[in-house]
Amino acid sequence: MTIKKEKSNIEFWQGNEACAEGAITAGCRFFAGYPITPSSEIAEHLALRLPQVGGIAIQMEDELASLGAVIGASWAGAKAMTATSGPGFSLMQENIGYAFMTETPLVVVDVQRAGPATGQATKCGQGDVMQARWGTHGDYAAIVLSPNSVQEMFDMTVRAFNLAEKFRMPVVLLTDEVIAHMREKIVLLPSDKVKIINRRKPKPDEKAFFGLEDVPSMPSFGEGFNITVTGSTHDEYGIRYTADPVIHRKLVERLVGKIFKNADEIVDYESYNVDKCKVGVISYGCTSRTVYETVELARKEGFDAGFVRLKTIWPFPEKIVKKMAKNAEVILVPEMNLRQILYEVQRVVGATAPIVPVNKIGGGEMITPEELLAEIEKRMR
Amino acid sequence: MSETGIKKFMRDVPLPFCPGCGDVTVMSSFLNAVRELGYNSLSKFVFCSGIGCAAWIPSPHFIADTIHTTHGRSIPVATGVKLIRPDLNVVVFGGDGDLTGIGLSHLIHAARRNVDITVIMINNMIYGMTGGQVAPTTPLKVKTTTTPYGNYERPLDATRLVVEAGACYAARWTTAHAEQLKEAMKKGLKAKGFAFIEAVSNCPTAFGRRVGLRTIVNILDWFKENSVLLEYARKMSEKDLEGKIVVGEFVHRELPTFTENVYGIMGEAKKNVKKS
Repeated sequence: MTIKKEKSNIEFWQGNEACAEGAITAGCRFFAGYPITPSSEIAEHLALRLPQVGGIAIQMEDELASLGAVIGASWAGAKAMTATSGPGFSLMQENIGYAFMTETPLVVVDVQRAGPATGQATKCGQGDVMQARWGTHGDYAAIVLSPNSVQEMFDMTVRAFNLAEKFRMPVVLLTDEVIAHMREKIVLLPSDKVKIINRRKPKPDEKAFFGLEDVPSMPSFGEGFNITVTGSTHDEYGIRYTADPVIHRKLVERLVGKIFKNADEIVDYESYNVDKCKVGVISYGCTSRTVYETVELARKEGFDAGFVRLKTIWPFPEKIVKKMAKNAEVILVPEMNLRQILYEVQRVVGATAPIVPVNKIGGGEMITPEELLAEIEKRMR
Repeated sequence: MSETGIKKFMRDVPLPFCPGCGDVTVMSSFLNAVRELGYNSLSKFVFCSGIGCAAWIPSPHFIADTIHTTHGRSIPVATGVKLIRPDLNVVVFGGDGDLTGIGLSHLIHAARRNVDITVIMINNMIYGMTGGQVAPTTPLKVKTTTTPYGNYERPLDATRLVVEAGACYAARWTTAHAEQLKEAMKKGLKAKGFAFIEAVSNCPTAFGRRVGLRTIVNILDWFKENSVLLEYARKMSEKDLEGKIVVGEFVHRELPTFTENVYGIMGEAKKNVKKS
């Protein structure tokens, strides 16, 4: 039983546990999920904790139903979330697109494991980066956060809810098996010091909940607004237009545009020595924990190293990566997949600096500082 | 429709249904049921529907909160809505393809959990919106666009299925029984727990013309001739019932609902926190 003790603000938690507690702090009161390794502890912890705070945690028959129930709960007025891993994340893609099209705030946690298919269910991987960006059909823009510590599992879950509520869309917390199952110290702020954002509610006479503004206000069911929610192309009032080209363009361009227009506000990263580094490393999630030591070792050996850690993977932190590319003689992109974010780095950096992929998959084996250092030595010799 | 007093429930937008579509019969049966139950508006209702012609019955035509979901997922969405707002009447409209094809597992599980929602399934025995492909409910040997030599699968009986799964109320009628449909909907809406009403429905466009029933009159006559009341059907052999539509009230019982169970547990959990 983990009932939060009021006197102490330091805990020793597992990543998944921190995510679940972060959700409760953010105001999440509905969870629906389907068991899958390595995310199940989130469901288990919320099943224990949510009823204690007046919330509901249910297990559905599959991932399609889980996200469906979350969408329903969100429109009924609750902050809602689901958690899964790669195979379940694949099954959720259609409803993620639906939530995007209908501007339904919700959070999807994907604890990545080694894929494709069943792959290695208990072993870490980072292969869902592009699925999180492009997984649903049609035109889309994503907000995807990438924690690299137990502390960030908590903090970024809170932020995921805040962004979902602010921009009225599904937000993905893209974590991985290592971060989710690791236990670390976590410092909790008093709950009144945590910044919480709630969806903007309409005035009683408002009628347009789908587009007079970039992010429209959002009523809930049962409040008398007669809301028409549809995944078909619709106008500002939710009325369907299945063939009108102008209405489709206006809607989808606004939905995609609201992310790009606000990218500076959404984008988050950690960086070190970006302005003048000769060796730059770009990483995210568990892999970024290797990079701290690598950069330290490299600097001891006389290489002017620096790094960018992507705290938001999508939207991609373009500006800081461009900055790094100005002086860098080489940019390393370590990932626990066979090259995914590498392509985004290539797009942003172009031909300004050579970009070197460092990839490792299988068995949950992480890229070690020694391996990364060897790569730096090879390239800088 | 105005003299029946159901126009007040409807948006002034054109209906999308083909001439002779049974969805209109189901729509008016439902709105009359609501009216006769004493509702003056649909403000206490939330309508969830998936994909297919039947999903268009509430959305956008009812002046109410409506959510038109992805294909097959109306019941999970309804489950989420009902749990957060147990005070609202949550009603699902869906076709046989939506609810017993792509969404079948949700139908069974919602009945098993006894989720306190009303599911109205319009069974036209075909995928109508996509142009007449075979459905899980299509009778054996019927030629469809994807079974040009005749259907080689036995049809599913959704009403019997939900009864076995744990529904509190289940009834089946055809669109030739508009009055009985309406009465069943009233009972379903009043029933505590999972209620299922199957309306075997006329689709002259995608089904009728493939089986030689080109007009609505042909289809309704076929429904009347082939319908057997449940009381009689119970005395008939399986062979005699082949090709028949068994109609009537299959179950009406009280069982603890999902909402009651979930909120009951919440109460217990809150007490535990106070103790520790």
